[in-house]
Amino acid sequence: MARNPDADSAPAPKAVKTSTIEFDADKAKTFKVVGSRPPRPDGMDKVTGRARFGADMVMPGQLVGLILRSPHPHAVIVSIDTTAAEALSGVKSVITRDDFAENADHHDVLCNIMAREKALYEGHAIAAVAATSKAVARKALKLIKVDYQILPHVTDVDLAMAPDAPLLHADMITSGVTPAPTKPSNIAGRSEFGHGDVEAGFALADVIIERDFKTAATHQGYIEPHACVANVGADGMSELWCCTQGHFHVRQVCASLLGIDVSRLRVTASEIGGGFGGKTTVFIEPVALALSRKAGRPVKIAMSRDEVFKASGPTASSSMNVKIGVTKDGHITAGEGEFRYQGGAFAGAPADFGAMSAFACYALDNVKTVAYDVVTNRPKGAAYRAPGAPMSVYAVESVIAELAGEIGMDPIELRLKNAAREGTKSSYGPKFGSCGLVETLEAARDHPHYSAPLGPNQGRGVASGFWFNFGGETCSTLNINADGTVAIAVGTPDIGGSRAAMCIMAAEELGIPYERVRTIVADTSSLGYNDTTEGSRVTFSSGMAVIKASRKAVTEMCNRAAMIWDIPAEAVTWEDGHAKPSGANAGEFEPMSLAEIAATASKTGGPIAGHHEYNADGAGVSFGTHIVDTEVDPETGRVDILRYTVVQDAGKAIHPDYVEGQFQGGAVQGIGWALNEEYIYGEDGRLQNAGFLDYRMPVASDLPMIDTVIVEVPNPGHPYGVRGVGETGIVPPLAAIANGVSAAAGVRLTELPMSPPRVLKAIDDAKVAAQ
Amino acid sequence: MSGIHVSTKINGDAVEFVCDVEETLLDVLRDKLGMTGSKEGCASGDCGACSVTVDGRLTCSCLMLGAEAEGHDIGTIEGIAKGTQLHPIQQKILDHAALQCGVCTPGFVVAAKALLEKNPDPTETEVRFWLAGNLCRCTGYDKIIRAVMDAAAEMRGQ
Repeated sequence: MARNPDADSAPAPKAVKTSTIEFDADKAKTFKVVGSRPPRPDGMDKVTGRARFGADMVMPGQLVGLILRSPHPHAVIVSIDTTAAEALSGVKSVITRDDFAENADHHDVLCNIMAREKALYEGHAIAAVAATSKAVARKALKLIKVDYQILPHVTDVDLAMAPDAPLLHADMITSGVTPAPTKPSNIAGRSEFGHGDVEAGFALADVIIERDFKTAATHQGYIEPHACVANVGADGMSELWCCTQGHFHVRQVCASLLGIDVSRLRVTASEIGGGFGGKTTVFIEPVALALSRKAGRPVKIAMSRDEVFKASGPTASSSMNVKIGVTKDGHITAGEGEFRYQGGAFAGAPADFGAMSAFACYALDNVKTVAYDVVTNRPKGAAYRAPGAPMSVYAVESVIAELAGEIGMDPIELRLKNAAREGTKSSYGPKFGSCGLVETLEAARDHPHYSAPLGPNQGRGVASGFWFNFGGETCSTLNINADGTVAIAVGTPDIGGSRAAMCIMAAEELGIPYERVRTIVADTSSLGYNDTTEGSRVTFSSGMAVIKASRKAVTEMCNRAAMIWDIPAEAVTWEDGHAKPSGANAGEFEPMSLAEIAATASKTGGPIAGHHEYNADGAGVSFGTHIVDTEVDPETGRVDILRYTVVQDAGKAIHPDYVEGQFQGGAVQGIGWALNEEYIYGEDGRLQNAGFLDYRMPVASDLPMIDTVIVEVPNPGHPYGVRGVGETGIVPPLAAIANGVSAAAGVRLTELPMSPPRVLKAIDDAKVAAQ
Repeated sequence: MSGIHVSTKINGDAVEFVCDVEETLLDVLRDKLGMTGSKEGCASGDCGACSVTVDGRLTCSCLMLGAEAEGHDIGTIEGIAKGTQLHPIQQKILDHAALQCGVCTPGFVVAAKALLEKNPDPTETEVRFWLAGNLCRCTGYDKIIRAVMDAAAEMRGQ
């Protein structure tokens, strides 16, 4: 599950050691490296095939691990007989639920990575083998006998909430309801957000629109399947290589599930072939470790694409109602919504994030949102880019567009009249600090795209979106090398070019060229704990740690120069990569460069380094506004995306290429979600499209160029003004495209994906209704 | 299980290997020959991360058996740069920041090179359709298309 992205409203007590460095407007005027677009440090390895991803590691004596998965969406596991598999030549270990002790801290994770009493979804892991070859491992899986008692299943969120629905967990009592229900259900939790009096607000409205919406479950769709190599020594000392967004989190969960000390497990994050939230938890890693422990040899597990679809963590499907009232002159008087998300077989659907972010773009006197977290017989969901927000914002922004049409107001104008801004009490509680929604709306309104002419069967859609952004536990070390180069270690896996951003920020602070700085992602034994790469936190949090570590190294370099010059340390300043004497009594000395100070470090006190550890606050929210032109073929219902523009507040773009890349990638994932992508279940509860042919992600020929506008409203909680940019980009597209398609088709679409049959049916139904 | 002896050429070098009948060329490249630049994203020919050329023709190595490499000339990502000298497509992908995670990048490089060898002056639409067999989930394709167009222009001497 994603971390709570909003440090201010986190239920946990505030960490003692938090820190921020406030935005420094003067420094921002003199940036030399920040804002440039140098090549990324890992680029050469990635264009030549040299970069090593999860499945690219080989350890001596390595075995192949495979997992046996349930063919049934819901069944009691009566018995598992592994005798024949264990007897097969070449099989070195077989494990089942009996090889993991019960674990109160990670109960759901344990039940998900290896089924206990019941299989809860098609693809749920039942047993695993490690063998000398894939062929032997495959044969061994076939020899495992599992006796299932098949149970009725449910995969739809509304059906799962019905009183007579098949029950997944006999002990699931809905949280957040007073008094607590006496009977178990599939509703894991209810939560509510808002303020004011919505009924009083609706009484003031001239126009009220209420609509029901549905969205299908989608998958993050990272191109690299989950893969890992585990190696447990006879003394219990263990190493794990895996593709993950958070190797420190992997270490903690795996150590707990295996019952070993954290210090006995070293986790190295490989290059990661996409994550988008889907690689923030564990699936195969504890299994590989348990197989390796039993076999006494390294074990590699690499998921197939079929396994990725069926047994990793897609996002929630949703069923929602939204009601908004507005006066004739465009004042929103009240907004209300109910958001029902199913997140698979265990609690944790991001319905609460959906309810919190649904109305975040608006300054409302009266707002109320209710979230239901529901379990079904589907794989347990994981985070997916701004988890929960795209669906709820799709519903709200669809109604906003319809209201604008009803009162005859430009939809950007309606949004500007009601936009959240600094000081607004947000729909989920806290007051917003400095933020850039108004600026994105104004930039969208003034963009040539917004006033370009449209042809027949074409429609333009606009939507805004929001994400909280997150800080979190972070540390970084910066070493000044003897040759004047700089080595940085961070603990946050780089999923989109963040190593380049770290190098830029250090070069800026130290006053040296970008090319002299290198950043690596250190393993869990080489650096202190770091939270996972999630919540759009890395350039903000690890970046600030790098800035602070740089400043500590600068202080030390000034001390060394002072020692050499035999003057007080206070009389030395750092400027353009050099220590310089300053002040009346400092004396006359030639400035010493970083390289000169580094070269003599052995004589002035030894190696020079900077380190910073903290709990990052002040992440700063990010808003965006998207414009899209769509064309609908009235004969087939097919939708083409003709033109697309992303406008988003980045606070400050450290490396603009990769900020644009986040905007473009988020928008295109949103295009897929809006038009094509969906988990399709048969009546048998089995996934019918577990492959890239039938789960249709956007390809190059589906798309136009994705235009971007980077708005920079500095985040006051970061010295350079940085805001996270990774997630907001996927929030507006669902609604923007729905608004464009609805305009082009002449009928309001309220269910995603807007696949050709669904669009065609909506057009035909509208024709029938008009007759 | 008896293995099949295969003699082939990979990136210009004579290579021999023994593979099982069901092993794909991708399995052989990655697991037998240590050439892990070609990636397995789907094993069904839908993502293009395993793209190689067979006698110059763009092929998904996950859809071809290792045994079928006998007597053919295979080109992989590992053979595209000449020492430290990048191919213009590789250089332009770096210049345009046309990668984020980079796992699809080898497949795009191989596919784009095959395109430009057939069609040195493609339109944007032609590039988009040729590369429609390569999935990228990070970039939205924008910068990749620009990089390939730019590489084509440079290779034409423009």
